[in-house]
Amino acid sequence: MSGLAIEIGRGKRKNKSWIYFLFPSVAVMLVFFIYPILLTFFYSFTNLALTGESARQLKFIGVDNYIRMFEDPTVRVSIWNTLIFLVGSAVIGQQVLGFLIALLMKHKNRMFRRVIGTIVLAGWVTPEIVCALCLYSFFGDEGTLNSIFSLFGLPAVTWLYTVPMIAIILGNIWHGTAFSMLVFQAALDDVPSEMEEAAVVDGASRWQILIKIVLPFIKSTITTNMMLVTLQTLGVFGLIYAMTGGGPGTATTTLPIFMYNQAFVNYQLGYGTAISLLLLLMGIVLSLFYIRSMKE
Amino acid sequence: MANGRRALLFAITTVVCGSILLAGCSDSKSGGTKKTITITYRDDGAGENGTLYKWLKDVAAKYSNDKVEIKQTPIQASEGDYFAKIALALKSKDTAPDIVTEDTFMINSDASAGYLSPLDDRLKDWSDWTNGSFIEAMKKGVTASDGKIYGVPYNTDSRGLWYNKNIFKQVGLPENWVPKTWDEVLDAARTVQQKAGSDVVPIWMNMGKATGEATSMQTYEMLLYGAGERLYDDKSGKWIVKSQGILDALNFVATVNKEKLGPPLSKVLNGQAGNTSSREYLPKGKLAISLDGSWIPGNYLENGAAPWPEYKDVLGFAPMPTSKGQAPGSITLAGGWALSIPKNAQHKDEAWDFIKFALNKENTEKLVIASGNITVRADVAKDPEYTKMPFNEIATDYLKNAEFRPAQDKYPEVSTQIQTMVESVASGTAPDAAAAKYAQDVTRIVGADKTIEK
Repeated sequence: MSGLAIEIGRGKRKNKSWIYFLFPSVAVMLVFFIYPILLTFFYSFTNLALTGESARQLKFIGVDNYIRMFEDPTVRVSIWNTLIFLVGSAVIGQQVLGFLIALLMKHKNRMFRRVIGTIVLAGWVTPEIVCALCLYSFFGDEGTLNSIFSLFGLPAVTWLYTVPMIAIILGNIWHGTAFSMLVFQAALDDVPSEMEEAAVVDGASRWQILIKIVLPFIKSTITTNMMLVTLQTLGVFGLIYAMTGGGPGTATTTLPIFMYNQAFVNYQLGYGTAISLLLLLMGIVLSLFYIRSMKE
Repeated sequence: MANGRRALLFAITTVVCGSILLAGCSDSKSGGTKKTITITYRDDGAGENGTLYKWLKDVAAKYSNDKVEIKQTPIQASEGDYFAKIALALKSKDTAPDIVTEDTFMINSDASAGYLSPLDDRLKDWSDWTNGSFIEAMKKGVTASDGKIYGVPYNTDSRGLWYNKNIFKQVGLPENWVPKTWDEVLDAARTVQQKAGSDVVPIWMNMGKATGEATSMQTYEMLLYGAGERLYDDKSGKWIVKSQGILDALNFVATVNKEKLGPPLSKVLNGQAGNTSSREYLPKGKLAISLDGSWIPGNYLENGAAPWPEYKDVLGFAPMPTSKGQAPGSITLAGGWALSIPKNAQHKDEAWDFIKFALNKENTEKLVIASGNITVRADVAKDPEYTKMPFNEIATDYLKNAEFRPAQDKYPEVSTQIQTMVESVASGTAPDAAAAKYAQDVTRIVGADKTIEK
C-alpha cells in the first residue's frame, strides 16, 4: 500500500498502478451490471419460465419473444402509457414545476424559501411505497379528496377508476418535483447577477431575461435534469403498482408493470427479459436524443 | 506503543471471532442427530395468529419422532406472489423446503417443471390413501398430466351463491332459495334492485384482474362450466378458444353490469374486492347475493377476520344452477391445497412420514374446522364435529358435481387472460370482442396447434 503511494508521489508516468485502483470498481461493474445485462440479453432469446414444462428445459427460441412483443397489442398500449406517464409526470410535471418553484423562490427571503422548500421536499423524502399509500388514501373512493369534495356538496368521484392516469401522474409529480427543484435552484444560483443587472439596465423585461439569459445559461442543467428525471420515471414501478396495479384494464399499465406481470404473474421470464430490454432501449434512445439536442 | 496496542486488539479479535466460529461448529454437531424438516406455506399476514401456523405448531408438538424437528418457514406474500416465490425456492437444493403447500392448480405446472417428486410409490403403502378414506374425486386435483400424484390434499372448497335471507324476506323472495337457471338468478337480483333500496348491491361476482384466480374460478369458470362448456378439451388435448359457452358466460357478466345489478366497478376491480364483499358488504346487509367460495363463513367465526355470530341464520348457500337448468342441474368448481415434497428436498422420507401424520383423520379435521374449508377425507366428512359446523354439509354435498381446473401447465397463464377478458366485459367491452381477443391471446400462449373452436 504505502509503497504504491510513494511511487505515485514520485510521479512516474509509465507506472500502471492506476489499474489496481480502477480494478475494484470495474470488477463490481462487470459482475453486477455488465454480466446481468448480457445474461438478460441471452435469456430474452430463450423460453425461460418460472414454472411449467419450459422451466425444466431451457430452449433457445430465437426472436420469438420479440415477435410476440411486436404482435402483442398490450405492448403498444404499455409503450403509449409509459410515454404519457413520462411526458406528463417527468418532462412537463417535475421539470417545469420544479423550475418554476426554483425560479419563484429565487431572491425571496430565507423564511419563505425554507418553508416552501420543506413542503416540496416532503414528497421527495417520503419513501416511494409510503408515498403510494398516502396517495391511494387521498384518491380512494372514501379518500381525502372525496371528503373535501363532499364538504362543498360535490359528488364523489372514483378517481383511481375514472382518471387513473392523471392520478398516478399527479402522484409522481408530487413525489419527484423536489429533485428538479433542487437541481434548478443550484443552477439558478450560478447565474451571475451582474448579467441580469446589466440586462435590466439595458431595459430588458423579466421575460426577456428569462428567455435570453437565464435559460441559455442553465441549458446543460436542463438537459442533465431531463435525462435523470426521464430515466427515473421510466423505471417507476412501486408507485403505480400500489396505486392502481396497472388497471383498471390496462389504463395505467406501463412497461415496468407489464414486464412484472409477464415475468412473475404469467411466469414467462424469457418474455419478461425481452420487455426489459425494450425498456432499456427506450432509455438509451431518449438519453441520446437529449444529449444530441443539447449540442445543437 | 501504538503498535503494541494494535497487536493486542488483533489478538483479542482473533480469539473472540475464532471461538464464535468454533462454538457454531460444535453447536451444529451436537444437533446433527436431529434432522430439521422445513415446511413452507403462505402466510397471508396473520403471522402467529394464522390458522396454519397454529395448526402446524400443534401437530408438530404431538408428532412423536424425536429424530426430527419440524421447522416452519412461511413465505409472507399475496397469493400470486407466493407461487412465484416458491417456484424460485424449489429450483435449488439450497432453498427448497422439505414440505411445501401447493394450490392444486399449480401442482401440474410445478410438477412439469420438475420441482416436485411423485408420491405414487409412497401412497400405495399408505392405508389411509388406499382404503377410501380420501374422497376419490379429490385425487384428481393432485394428479398431474403425466398421471402421477404430486401431493396429498388437505382441504378443498366448493362454490355457490351466498345470499342474505333478511334481504330476501324483505323483497318477497323465498328464504329457502334454489334457483334453477341463470335467468332465475338474474330475476332475483332484479327484484332486489327494485325493492331493496339503492344501497343494497343485488349480486356480487369478482370481475377484476386484481382479484386474480378468484375472478377466473369463482366467476368465469362457474359460468362457463355451467353453460356446459369447458376450458380444455381432454379428448383432443386442446384449449377451447371459441364457443357459444364462452359468449354465454360473458353475456351473464355483461348483463349484470349493464343493468347495474353488480357492485360499483371501482369497488370490484381492485385486489380487495373479495374481502370487501365477504367482510363488509355481506355482514352489513349491503349485499343480497354473492357468487363466492365455501370458505366465506371462516371470516365470521369468533376468531375470524369479521366476526358475525348471526351468519348461521342470516346467510343461505344456494347451488349455482346450470345456464338453462340442464343436467346436472347445478355446478361447482373445486380447488384446494395439498402438501407436496419438492424434488430438491433434503429429507424426503422424514417429510413423508410427517405428512402421513399431519394429514390423518384427527389432524386434518382440526385444520378444516379452524380454517372453514371443506375436508377431502370421507371419514372426516361424516364426523359430527365437522358436520355441526354450519354449511359444511351442504358445501361438501355440492362437491358431487365438482369440476377441477385443467391439469395443464399453461393454465396459470390462460387464467390471467380470462381475468383480462372478464374485466374488459365488466368495463363495457362487447362480449364477442372480448372473446375474440381471448382467443387470440390464448392461441399465442399455447400455440395454434393446441387450440380448438367449437
